[in-house]
Amino acid sequence: MNVIEIRDVTKVYGEGEAAVHALAGLSMSVAYGDHVAIMGSSGSGKSTLMNIIGCLDIPTSGSYHLDGVDVSELNDTQLALVRNRRIGFVFQSFNLIARTSALANVELPLAYAGVKPRQRRERAMEALDMVGLSGRADHDPNQLSGGQQQRVAIARALVTEPALLLADEPTGNLDSHSTADVLSILDKLSTQGRTIVLITHEDEVAAHAGRIVRLRDGQII
Amino acid sequence: MSFFEIFKFALKGISANKLRSGLTMLGILIGVAAVILLVAVGNGSKVAVEQSLQALGTNTITVQGGRTTARTGYSTDLTLDIANSLKAAPDVKSVSPVVTSAQTLNFGDTTHDVQQVIGTYPAYFGASNSEVAAGVGFAEEDIDQAARVVVLGHTAATELFGATTSPIGERIGIGGQIFTVIGVLKEKGSTGFNNPDDIAIAPLTAVQRALTGYGPVNSITIEAVSADAVPAAQAEVTALLNARMNVTSTANAPYTIRNASQLLATRTQTAETFTVLLGAVAAISLLVGGIGITNIMMVTVTERTREIGIRKALGAPKRVILTQFLIEATLLSVIGGGLGVAFALLGSNFTIAGVVPVIVPSSVALALGVSVAIGLFFGSYPASRAAGLRPIDALRYE
Repeated sequence: MNVIEIRDVTKVYGEGEAAVHALAGLSMSVAYGDHVAIMGSSGSGKSTLMNIIGCLDIPTSGSYHLDGVDVSELNDTQLALVRNRRIGFVFQSFNLIARTSALANVELPLAYAGVKPRQRRERAMEALDMVGLSGRADHDPNQLSGGQQQRVAIARALVTEPALLLADEPTGNLDSHSTADVLSILDKLSTQGRTIVLITHEDEVAAHAGRIVRLRDGQII
Repeated sequence: MSFFEIFKFALKGISANKLRSGLTMLGILIGVAAVILLVAVGNGSKVAVEQSLQALGTNTITVQGGRTTARTGYSTDLTLDIANSLKAAPDVKSVSPVVTSAQTLNFGDTTHDVQQVIGTYPAYFGASNSEVAAGVGFAEEDIDQAARVVVLGHTAATELFGATTSPIGERIGIGGQIFTVIGVLKEKGSTGFNNPDDIAIAPLTAVQRALTGYGPVNSITIEAVSADAVPAAQAEVTALLNARMNVTSTANAPYTIRNASQLLATRTQTAETFTVLLGAVAAISLLVGGIGITNIMMVTVTERTREIGIRKALGAPKRVILTQFLIEATLLSVIGGGLGVAFALLGSNFTIAGVVPVIVPSSVALALGVSVAIGLFFGSYPASRAAGLRPIDALRYE
């Protein structure tokens, strides 16, 4: 069984003459433990694909099974649950919550999952330890460098033990040194057997992936 | 996710912008404090009116001469005869015919325009709750002899003699006639409309002979045997008066009859209207405070759209987001309301516009309850907007 199983997915924005086909009948699958990079120029539909994989958006037609669950059938509440339990997000702009310590940021998905505070704290500390930031648990995001913020974001994505780690241009806002840090963490996670899907337009980032999927005009080439 | 944890998120949200939260609370604080304080002021003036009217005597019935519309051919004046005939009623304890006249008092070179010189019987002191503080009142034989003696009200005495000199035994001029002061009444305090201490009371016969002449009396003050007997006494007096004055239609009687509790009811009603009016004005300021909460919560939701998007991407259910923003709004109004109550309790220790405020406990409960309701009501629109945001839109928001 695959983590991601996408069949003939289309996504259309707008209607009639002005309709834009962001995805035009795309099919792909990602097996457990895969490290996949999705590449494409802007307008190729990679962001739309990322939103659909991340259950932030729903396809116009086609089917999408995530971790064996048909997510196109789910309502808002169930989608929130899927995002919480099965997907860990890493964004280009980090998206940490301001004025909230690194530890509290990492704890947040566990809080929404209903994990008890003590257990939550232990697991969050473990996740921070894994990205090498356990010493900065009580720092607010604005006291951390870009690379450190992105590592906190990775810890937050991992803390719920999701089936899929989804990274959208994770190194887009980072200098080369921080990029190397983040990529080495992703590599380490991949060797531990994590399923990683990352979206990028940088070849050197894509080179770390086991498989590269290229998109053009809403289709895989 | 437990309520307590959502509560902690909400608390963090409020403390993130302390100045703004503080100002929003100030709006509610002012509204709640205004409601409680103004209602307390209205209530305080009601209590003051009740107390001062009770001082005038609650067992008394007053019959005032004169009719409101055209006269008939019958003699309709309240004569001394008619007044004395009322003593026959079983529930009547005493009857005091009263003649009044505005006069200038003088003692040596000091003059004072007294509000009322009252000519009456000794029973009037008891009926009108007028206690003699110094000296004595006059007696029945003074009536028989038309003795030129007078009992001064507290204000009249101090105006003529100052606060230190004792007026007892002094001879004063009333409208040019010499009277001897034999007593001073205890101070009653103002009811706000007239001063019951600015009077001089003398025997009826003396006042008639010296000042007013032997015409009809102005009014009759009747004391019932007890407070419970007031309605019965009033009915008996009405029947006697109707018989004596040949009244056929009660709608157009040549006299008006009133008892103190009726007067009390009228005044109390006025004070209550006053309280409602004050409360309504204050309620408007509470409403304005509530709109302030909606306003600031809208700004907060817009400002934190991205944060809401992140929370949703991390799996926050709609319910949690909705609850968090509702709690934030409610906390603002409840903390503001609580401070408003404290402020009002503090403010009620001071005299406001001459009235000692008396807090109405139910107004505190109401104002607090309303402030919770305001938080929920005015917070619900911004909160539902936050909860309804699509994560993908919220994340893209810059």
